[in-house]
Amino acid sequence: MKDIVEIRWHGRGGQGAKTASLLLADAAFNTGKYVQGFPEYGPERMGAPMTAYNRISSERSTVHSNIYEPDYVVVVDETLLSAVDVTAGLKKEGAIVINSGKAPEELRAKLHGYEGRVCTIDAGKISTEELGKNFPNTPMLAAIVKVSGVVEPEAFVKDMEASFKHKFASKPQVIEGNMRALKRSMEEVRIG
Amino acid sequence: MGIRERLSGNEAVAYAMKQINPDVMGAYPITPSTEIPQYFSAYVDNGEVDTEFIAVESEHSAMSTCIGAEAAGARAISATSSCGLCYMTEMLYVAASSRLPITLAVCCRALSGPINIHNDHSDAMGVRDAGWIMLFAETNQEAYDNYLQAMRIGEAVGLPVMVCQDGFITSHAIENIELEETDKVKKFVGQYKPQHYLLNKDEPMAVGAFGMPAYYMEAKRQQAQAMIDAKDVIRKVGKEFGEMTGRTYGLVENFMMDDAEEAIVLIGSSAGTAKEAIRQLREQGRKVGLVKIRSFRPFPSEELAESLKNVKAFAVMDKDDSFNAHCGPIFAETSAALYAAGISAPKGINYIYGLGGRDVRVDSIKHVFSQLDKIVETGKTGETYRYLEVRE
Repeated sequence: MKDIVEIRWHGRGGQGAKTASLLLADAAFNTGKYVQGFPEYGPERMGAPMTAYNRISSERSTVHSNIYEPDYVVVVDETLLSAVDVTAGLKKEGAIVINSGKAPEELRAKLHGYEGRVCTIDAGKISTEELGKNFPNTPMLAAIVKVSGVVEPEAFVKDMEASFKHKFASKPQVIEGNMRALKRSMEEVRIG
Repeated sequence: MGIRERLSGNEAVAYAMKQINPDVMGAYPITPSTEIPQYFSAYVDNGEVDTEFIAVESEHSAMSTCIGAEAAGARAISATSSCGLCYMTEMLYVAASSRLPITLAVCCRALSGPINIHNDHSDAMGVRDAGWIMLFAETNQEAYDNYLQAMRIGEAVGLPVMVCQDGFITSHAIENIELEETDKVKKFVGQYKPQHYLLNKDEPMAVGAFGMPAYYMEAKRQQAQAMIDAKDVIRKVGKEFGEMTGRTYGLVENFMMDDAEEAIVLIGSSAGTAKEAIRQLREQGRKVGLVKIRSFRPFPSEELAESLKNVKAFAVMDKDDSFNAHCGPIFAETSAALYAAGISAPKGINYIYGLGGRDVRVDSIKHVFSQLDKIVETGKTGETYRYLEVRE
């Protein structure tokens, strides 16, 4: 199968990694792609490590399995680095994007010799400053779009604005906050 | 022209229900089918459908509700999974033998124990002799398409229909889907015009009557005939659906079977994964193929015999186990289909796979083909009752 991007999300129950994977699927869908977005359900509990997946392709992928050799990995919670082998199977031509205020080189040591790009984004800080709460979803989504280019960034920003306007029609301040968080994240993501 | 969308399997089925706007839904929640009545109840609440939504205290009552409603002359639906389907079992038999074309969406899930919420086919296979037509979907698209065809099929032969998809694997995964316009759907599905129904004051009748030995067997023979007749109806409705949408359906789907020397037979979402494995093996020049069973009830015995008659070896994959120290149900019935057709040359093995959500990868399927290679090379079948990718 050519022209397919596979992404694995690591988060903790309640942090919204599943929602972020579905939002990424939406964004890719809106640019004409075939998408899959699905969580791997465990015994659901707040704070437990969980995984979600995306397949994004220009032809339909018929595969219905989890993803073992992803092109990209997104880690929504930095503490998972010591709990889960987040780079397992990750292609070195790809990248890992971690929610952290640290520099990429500081985190590389924890990644079991991963040779590809290590990217960090302080999604918690951006979210707190722009939305007043720690919702790392939107900044993480923007960072993976920027790093992977799986959706054309300009189209992504437009699409997200439309979707926020639809979702938060009665709360315009939330739309603006989310859009600022999105754009900041695309600028501030550090690629190491 | 279809409508390009992206929906989970559960969203797709709930949307099909909304487009059809049936008369009654009796429902009780259970993972992973809960979202179906959940989404549908929102349509009811928003006034987008005028369905009578009856929230009950158990699956037994959900099916009883459907039986009462359908017998009265209404179109009735429900949704369930796993032990919910088990709990319905008594009433499933009543629905089928009362010849009530109820439509039941099933998100297939393992049975206890150990307790497990993930996908396999133990629930659906456990009720395979209840007398229901059973259609299985590979994708969210097929779950939607099968649902749109279900009432046409069931109402034509007077049998209830289960529309099965794989729990979580398709029920909770967002994928692209092509939806049909609601006016086209309504026209295709049509109005339900029961021949006999309780609310017809001109024809007083009883439903669920006692059947003495002098009559019971004739009732069963008619039920069996309805299932035989369903084969042709499924083909005709699938063809007509294809004329409307470009997606034609039969009892089975043959994938790269024309010149296949080795074949896999299976049901459900793993068919997509098998197709990718077959594409990759075909690039290496291997003559491999897949027979995906869409209609498990009625069982496509002639189709399977036709598809498999020229292969050298085949593996039937069962996502549940009969615990009979022999084989799973699809292998048993496929073997019987070949025997009945006088075909004995292909060597067949059975794999029990994917139980309780054990992930089925492209490599899992390739492993099965590697075992078929060995059988073809050596001419020896070896153990026919095998477990795929299990620690032992």
